[in-house]
Formats: sequence, C-alpha cells, structure tokens
Amino acid sequence: MASLNQKDLLGIAQLSVEEINLILDTAEALRQVADRPIKKVPTLRGKTVINLFFEPSTRTRSSFELAERRLSADILNFAVSTSSVSKGETLLDTARNLESMAPDVIVVRHSSAGAPHMLGRVCRSSIINAGDGMHEHPTQALLDALTIRQVKGRLEGLKIAIIGDIAHSRVARSDTILFHKAGSQVWVCGPPTLIPWDFDKLGARITGHIEEAIESADVIMMLRVQHERQNEAFFPSTREYYNFYGLTRERMRMARKDTIVMHPGPINRGVEIDSDVADAPYSVILDQVANGVAARMAVLYLLSGNAGLKPRKLAR
Amino acid sequence: MQIILRQGRIVDPSQKLNRVVDLGIDEGRVAEIAPRIRKKGRKEIDARGLVVCPGFIDMHVHLREPGREDSETIESGTAAAARGGFTGVACMPNTTPVNDSEAVTSFILERAREVSRISVYPIGAITKGSQGETLAEIGEMYRTGIVAVSDDGHSVQNNQVMRRAMEYSRLFDLPIIDHCEDRDLAAGGCMHEGYYSTLLGLRGINPAAEEMHVVRDCILARQTGARVHIAHISTRRSLESVERAKKEGISITCEATPHHLLLTDAQVTSYDTNFKMHPPLRSQDDVDALVAGLCSGAIDAIATDHAPHNINDKMLEFDRAPFGIVGLETAVSLVLDRFVRTGLIGLERMVELFSTSPARILKLERGTLAVGSWADITVLNCEQAIEVKSSEFLSRSRNTPFDGWRLVGGPAMTIVRGRVVWTV
Repeated sequence: MASLNQKDLLGIAQLSVEEINLILDTAEALRQVADRPIKKVPTLRGKTVINLFFEPSTRTRSSFELAERRLSADILNFAVSTSSVSKGETLLDTARNLESMAPDVIVVRHSSAGAPHMLGRVCRSSIINAGDGMHEHPTQALLDALTIRQVKGRLEGLKIAIIGDIAHSRVARSDTILFHKAGSQVWVCGPPTLIPWDFDKLGARITGHIEEAIESADVIMMLRVQHERQNEAFFPSTREYYNFYGLTRERMRMARKDTIVMHPGPINRGVEIDSDVADAPYSVILDQVANGVAARMAVLYLLSGNAGLKPRKLAR
Repeated sequence: MQIILRQGRIVDPSQKLNRVVDLGIDEGRVAEIAPRIRKKGRKEIDARGLVVCPGFIDMHVHLREPGREDSETIESGTAAAARGGFTGVACMPNTTPVNDSEAVTSFILERAREVSRISVYPIGAITKGSQGETLAEIGEMYRTGIVAVSDDGHSVQNNQVMRRAMEYSRLFDLPIIDHCEDRDLAAGGCMHEGYYSTLLGLRGINPAAEEMHVVRDCILARQTGARVHIAHISTRRSLESVERAKKEGISITCEATPHHLLLTDAQVTSYDTNFKMHPPLRSQDDVDALVAGLCSGAIDAIATDHAPHNINDKMLEFDRAPFGIVGLETAVSLVLDRFVRTGLIGLERMVELFSTSPARILKLERGTLAVGSWADITVLNCEQAIEVKSSEFLSRSRNTPFDGWRLVGGPAMTIVRGRVVWTV
C-alpha cells in the first residue's frame, strides 16, 4: 500500500486531493478491524506513539488511543495543564524531553495555533495535529469526509452547510478546506460576528441566514458555540442565537429528504441543535465517532515510518 | 586637523550637497568641506567609493535598561546601533521602572555617558507608569534631557488624557510620539486581521485599531497645535490620514519600520515568532502604500522599533510570544539593498529618512554636515555584499526575521563627535 510522503500531518491545507483520498481509502479498509472478534492488527507493533494533550479532551484523545491500540502501538499518554501561562517548562523543552524517548509519532493537541508546527520543526518524530487553537483539526475533517462518503458515495458536487460558530472553530477551517478541495459546494453560516474575515477565500460561500444554508443541502454540519474561546459578546443571548441558528425540526422540514445532519461534538442540546434532530434517523453523529477511530488508524499507519523526513513547507 | 575623510561622496540634503569632496573634522565638529583639503589630518581616512552622510538617528528603539538587561543593555544596544551605522538613538520609556520621572531619565543619560559611544536621547512617558491615566512629570524630564514623550507599547486610550498631554507638551515644544492602537478593537490579537489570520486561526488585530487613533491624533493635533509623530505607521489608511492632515497644515509626522516596508502577513504562515510584531505585519496592499509613501515623502522617517527579546521569551507558541524584533543591525543594509539599489529612492532621500528628518522632529542639533555642526557621520559602502547573521549581532538578542538574507550595501564606519566608534 502507498504511504504519505510527509513527516507530519499538521493540517488539511497541506494535503493534496490524492493524499486525502489515500487516507480515506485506507480508513475504509481499516474500518473492518472494528468488526472482528479480535479488534487488533499488528501493523504498528514495536512503534511508540505519544499522546501529548495540552488541552482537555475526552473524545479525540480516546479515539486516538483506541486507534493506536488497534494497531498494536506502544502508547504513552501525556496530559499537560496549561491553564496558566506558567514559568514552567516551555513547549520546546517538553518536546525535546519526549523526543529523547524516541517515539515514532507524537499526537498533539494545544490551545495555541501553530504549536504542532513548532514541534514539527524540532522533532524527528511524526507530529499529528489533534487540534491546535482555532486553526486546524485535520483528523476530524478526515472522519467527516469518510462519513459523508459512506452515506452519499462521494463528496464532489454535494452542498455541505457548516452552521454555527465559525470563527472559533478549527473544525470549520479543516472541513471547509477539505470539502472545497474535494469539489463540494461549501456553505458557511452563522451570525456575521462569528464569520472571520475572508473566510470565503478558503473556498466557502457565506450566509447569515440558516434557511439559505439548509435549502437543498446534502449535508448539514452543526458546530457548537465555543464560549470558552470567546472573550467578548458575539451575539446578544443564547436564546436569540437558538432562534436564529438552532437546528430545529421545523427547520429540517425545509431540508431535502435525504439530508444528513452531522456534529463534531460535544453537542449542546437546545442551543445549536434540538434533541429531536440530534437523535433523528438522518443524524449520523454516532457514525462520525465510529469513523474517527478508522480515520486516525489510517493516518497513524500512513505516517508511521516517516519519522526523520524533512518537514513539509506550509501551503500559502 | 583631527580627522580628514578623503574623497568620499558627501550626501547631505540639508546643504543640498551630493559631491565627492574632502571633509575635515576638528574638535568634534565639521571644520571644512572642500574639493581638496591641503592640511594633513592626524587621522586620514580614505573614503574613496564610500558615501559620507550626516549621522543616522534611530528615533525608535528599546534599550531595555533598566529592568530587562537579559535582553539588552544601554551598552549592548548602543554598540549594536554603532555597528548598524547609527550615531544616535532615541530610547522608548517602557523600561522597568518606566521612564516617567527625572530620576529614570538621569539614570539613562548617566549610564549612556559611561558605556555608550553614540548619543542616547531618552523619550519620557506621557503618563505615569504609561498607565494612560495621569500625566507624567513631563516638564521635569524635559529639563533633564528627554527629546519627546510617548507611551509606546500602550497607546493612550483616554482621549481626554491625550488632549491634555498634547496641550501640555506644547509648553516645551516636545513631540508626542504615539503608538496608535485602540485596545478594544485590537482585542488581544497577535497578527493582522485578514485572510491569513483566518487561515492560521490566530486572533486578528483589526487595522482600524491603528487607523482610528491616527485620526484621533490628527483631530487633537489640529485643535491643540501640538506636534504629533505617529510611530511605526503600518496601514494604507493610516498613511492617507496623515497625508490629509499634513495638507491641512497640521503639525504631524510619521515613521515606518523596515519590516513594515518589506514583509507582509503572509510570512506568518510559518508561525515563526520572529514575524510577530506590534503593529503586526500587514497586507501586501498596505506594504505597497507604505513603499509609495517612502518614495513620495509622505513618510518622514525610518525607525527600527528595535525590540530585543531574550530567546527564551521569544521561542514560545505564536500567541504567547512577545511582540517585536531587533532592527538596529539590519535597517541600513535593508534600505540600501531593497530601496536605493532598486532605484525606488535616492541616497538623498535615504539620508532624509534616517538623519535629517529624525533630527528635525526631535529638534536635535544633528542631521547636517554643515561646517560648525557636530561631526556625527555615517559612512556607507553601497557595494559591499553582506549576509545577515544574527549570531554576529552585538545586540544581546537575536530575534530577527531577516537572518540569512543576502544584501548589498551597508554601514562602513560610524563617527560620533569626531570619534570613530565603529568601523567594518
């Protein structure tokens, strides 16, 4: 099987369509491991993976950990609190320390955009970005694409509406870049205060009206409002937000019959999505979770063995 | 005669001079300029092929002493300045403690007398502790030797305080140097707000944060008659406002830094913190406007905003690292290579930007080589190929985005009051 000719997975922006398809095809093949009585393959036996999480995370970290275990890697979990900018160990020192343990892959999540890029420059091991600030969350976009491909059979030509807090969402960025590369028609929707400048240049159409986003959409991707990243008021109240941007059953009536609803989680029932919608048959939120493990297995598999390659230049 | 510089090309816009001549120095002052000086100098300098200019003045540097001597000291910062071709620097008051009193001003001046081979012109704070609330003792500092006031790094947010500062500064005819930024609009950002901040997921600094304060300063300068100087101007619209105000006769000037003239926000894609500065690197459109202003005369001076940061502080995640880069040891070569060599500006204009204008704005008896004036001289070699090597900097800090750049042209000798303080 082919492999990715790069050391790190820092973002979707640096991947070609061929590389994205390679990861998705690989994930498709690896997905069957979950259906076996013994859910393990020896692919990464003898390889060491460090999970370095500077931000609290349950779902992404568990998903990576499960992916690593199913591939038989040796795992080291490192949770670092950075709640206060302390005079403690710097990111680079932490990285150098971990490097001395000779890992093959470091999976990193950090609240600062670009932190994995900094590690990628100094580390021999492959760096996988598991979410950096408001920048990218590439494995989430890959699992989203995998899920859509399974249901719809393709990404090309689909209308995909991403609705919610676009500004603070790394998922919105990675998803938009991936879907645009794959030939989908990406719509981004939210209050104008939560749409960053020039987001259209990432390949999305922008609207402030949810009806316009939902109309004839094949996929609706709901994002939660990230109160923890906001240090000012972007909209008047949660109530008003729900009234204008909440995905309700009534609004779903405007959608096509075969529209699917997605959400990267964690969902806030009654804020951006109604329970009725989240639990409806057209919701594939739980398929996303299952696919997360497969997508991450694929990335781990395709990057393992690439430690020591020169870091790839960032795309402009 | 103390020193004779033989057959250099003297470029001195103050005398409309651009000719190959001899220049004699005696008792620290320019004694004679003539095609051939017959007398012998105690020191004879062969300046053939070199350009002899009135001493360059960097009107915006941070020397970090007192308080952050791990990043820079008056000694190391002025040594870096001399190496960079500067005969004088104006140092910003954001030290620890802030230069908001006569005591700190005299400390800086005394320390400079002890360790600096170039002139140090302190800038006092506008407000106590640069907190933006109550006026600092501007008069006392003026008597001690400040050349301007500024709350650089923290723009004065309160418009009434700024108005009072402008009114009060007129008493001493001190320029107010404003780092223009509305704090609320800047919203804790760490790079220019635009396509790249969106792509990179970094909080943006809205350019309107600068532009609104520039407009505010124009309005208040008109009303009060104060002399206002806009520090490190960085956007097209800021510059347009300054130009408009100048046309209306308002007493306003501005400076630009080499990095805002040469780099754009696209460079931040590497997340290299040496591209993090305040104001941030702007869009290509802004850079184009600044370069046009450099040529047209809309920009009065080039200043470096030399901001040394110890490597441990600077090598952090992008949003956590401090703002600023060093500039003293790269500015002259960058301008020679990128603007003079390319024909965008002439040497006369370069001397205006680095010497004549800063001296005029700060009212220093400098910026000219007229007979009788202080012999502060920057000698340039326009043909010399150099490679920027941060490891060779005399500054204590290495935070430059220009490391490894190959440039043609640079300082060859720095003379302060008739004393050669640095030579290649």
